Amino acid sequence: MTSLPIIEEQVATTPEEAAPATTRKRRTAEPQERGIISHADRRRPLVQYGLPVIEVLLFIGVVVAGVGPLLWLLKSGLSTSQDILRGPMQLWPSGIQWQNIPNAWNQVQIGSYLGNTAIIAIGSLISTLFVCTTGAFVLSVLRPKWGPVITGAVLATLFLPGVISLVPLYLTILKMPVLGFNLQNTFWAVWLPQAAGAFNILVMKRYFDAIPRELIEAARIDGASNLRLFTALILPMSKPIIGVVALLTVIGSWKDYLWPLLVLPDPKMQPISVALPRVAQTTEISLQMSALFLAVLIPVVLFLVFQKQFLRGVGMSGGIKE
Amino acid sequence: MAVLTRTPASQSGRSLSTWFRSGGLSSIVFALPLVLTFLYFSWGPIVRGLVLSFQKNNLVTTPEWVGWSNFSYVLTDPQLPQATQNTLYFALLALIFGFPVPLFLAVFISELRSTGWLYNVLSYLPAVVPPVVAILLWKIFYDPGTSGLFNSVLGWFGIGPFAWLNSPDLAMPAIVLEATWAGAGATAIIYLAALTGVRNELYEAAELDGAGIWRRVWHVTIPQIRGIILIMMLLQLIGTFQVFTEPFLFTGGGPDNATTTILLLIYRYAFINGDFGAATALSVLLALVLCVLSVVYHFLTRRWSTT
Repeated sequence: MTSLPIIEEQVATTPEEAAPATTRKRRTAEPQERGIISHADRRRPLVQYGLPVIEVLLFIGVVVAGVGPLLWLLKSGLSTSQDILRGPMQLWPSGIQWQNIPNAWNQVQIGSYLGNTAIIAIGSLISTLFVCTTGAFVLSVLRPKWGPVITGAVLATLFLPGVISLVPLYLTILKMPVLGFNLQNTFWAVWLPQAAGAFNILVMKRYFDAIPRELIEAARIDGASNLRLFTALILPMSKPIIGVVALLTVIGSWKDYLWPLLVLPDPKMQPISVALPRVAQTTEISLQMSALFLAVLIPVVLFLVFQKQFLRGVGMSGGIKE
Repeated sequence: MAVLTRTPASQSGRSLSTWFRSGGLSSIVFALPLVLTFLYFSWGPIVRGLVLSFQKNNLVTTPEWVGWSNFSYVLTDPQLPQATQNTLYFALLALIFGFPVPLFLAVFISELRSTGWLYNVLSYLPAVVPPVVAILLWKIFYDPGTSGLFNSVLGWFGIGPFAWLNSPDLAMPAIVLEATWAGAGATAIIYLAALTGVRNELYEAAELDGAGIWRRVWHVTIPQIRGIILIMMLLQLIGTFQVFTEPFLFTGGGPDNATTTILLLIYRYAFINGDFGAATALSVLLALVLCVLSVVYHFLTRRWSTT
């Protein structure tokens, strides 16, 4: 229960949830406010000189761990295989091999794998958003009698470890119960299971719950149908949370490995995560490195552009977990 | 589905029409995507998993009931003790490596007024690198030759060279090191979000009582966020018990089965031997262990987290 205030604070982008929002505002408005270390502490010589030293050391550590591997990857992607194998810590390669990038693009067919990844990510995004907004709308706004049963059943799946459904889910894809067709080697096999995520639905429901009922009642009195209530009131008011769920879904499906490996055995349909380990066995190391670099470029750029929303979303995901 | 259809059917014609006009139908239409996807891809597979674990199923012959024999087969598999031990070892190492680092990082970042976001972004970068890319990259870092990246860096200090992934002793710690690198940033962000909820008045009060900086961290910060710390620890345990991608791609379970985890065994049962019954039996057992673990953990820590 200690985690609940965090969620509210993070989700409280609706103006009505004023109380937690002000505490956060106060914090950012006065940067001089104290934390663990007080102003008096900051004047003590040990802290005054010790703190910057730790700061610099930690900064170096974070740069080496966070940016180092990416820079190394960039350098190696532009070097010859010889350079990579002989002197991995050389600061400058013997010559920049610009042709590695187009070679990787053509020979390793990174382009088509990246395309598959994008198709998978966008499809998962659409299916996830469709299921979790409509679902949360029923559970939070329409509130039918059987709503709590569904909420409970969704919540229950959150507590069960994912491993239990891996194999049966695979068998479900091979032959859909009742319908009888095989989804293997179709993108639906990745898009649809992604949408059955309890976490997204509960986050969305929690956000919808915070929308004041008076607004909904007012719209109803004005004669809005449920569909119109959904598209004209609830969805526009929930843009921040939709953005967060969208980002987390895209990055999640970009990172996924085991599931697409199982349901997309056809190399023509595989996303880059699945294709890379297979390709790596037959490609020389310099092309491998440029392929890895191309694979990492898009998520990193996406992250740097949307870092604020991202970090907020991740912080929130910690709050909701149980 | 029974719940959905009973509501209109059990009522008389007149109340059916009022139900229809008051939007009862549209709530069913709106609920349909959720109910269908969960039936097919969440609730269905969970139930099916329980059923499958009592069946012999290889997709070729028709499934037949075999009672507990899948479970006894799985439990007597000579590979299971090794895999269990490896999984526990992974979980333990991941806890030792991966638990203090993000916590320290978060507490420190929360003390930085203007540059905190930069540390934040930089330490989260590894988490956006797709795991497969990270693993292939680290595999090259772990090159066992003297010119491998880690070996040449350690060579500057006269240490090594190590065999890393080729050595049964070092393979698992090497994998955990990569996993920690990949996961620490995300965990730190979650702690940071929790730290913004700690009220500054508490630090002031502690300072007035004469508590130094370390004692303030230990007696105020940590207890204030212990709820989230406990949950993150449990989630990390549950996650590490189900680790697959790292050992699968780094070593494939080798050398000498030193990195074969339980999920790798499940994968082999199902997708190499085609024995789906055994695979689900082991999955069900693992899920059961994790559920018991969560409950025990909850009761063990409840007293500590509510005081």
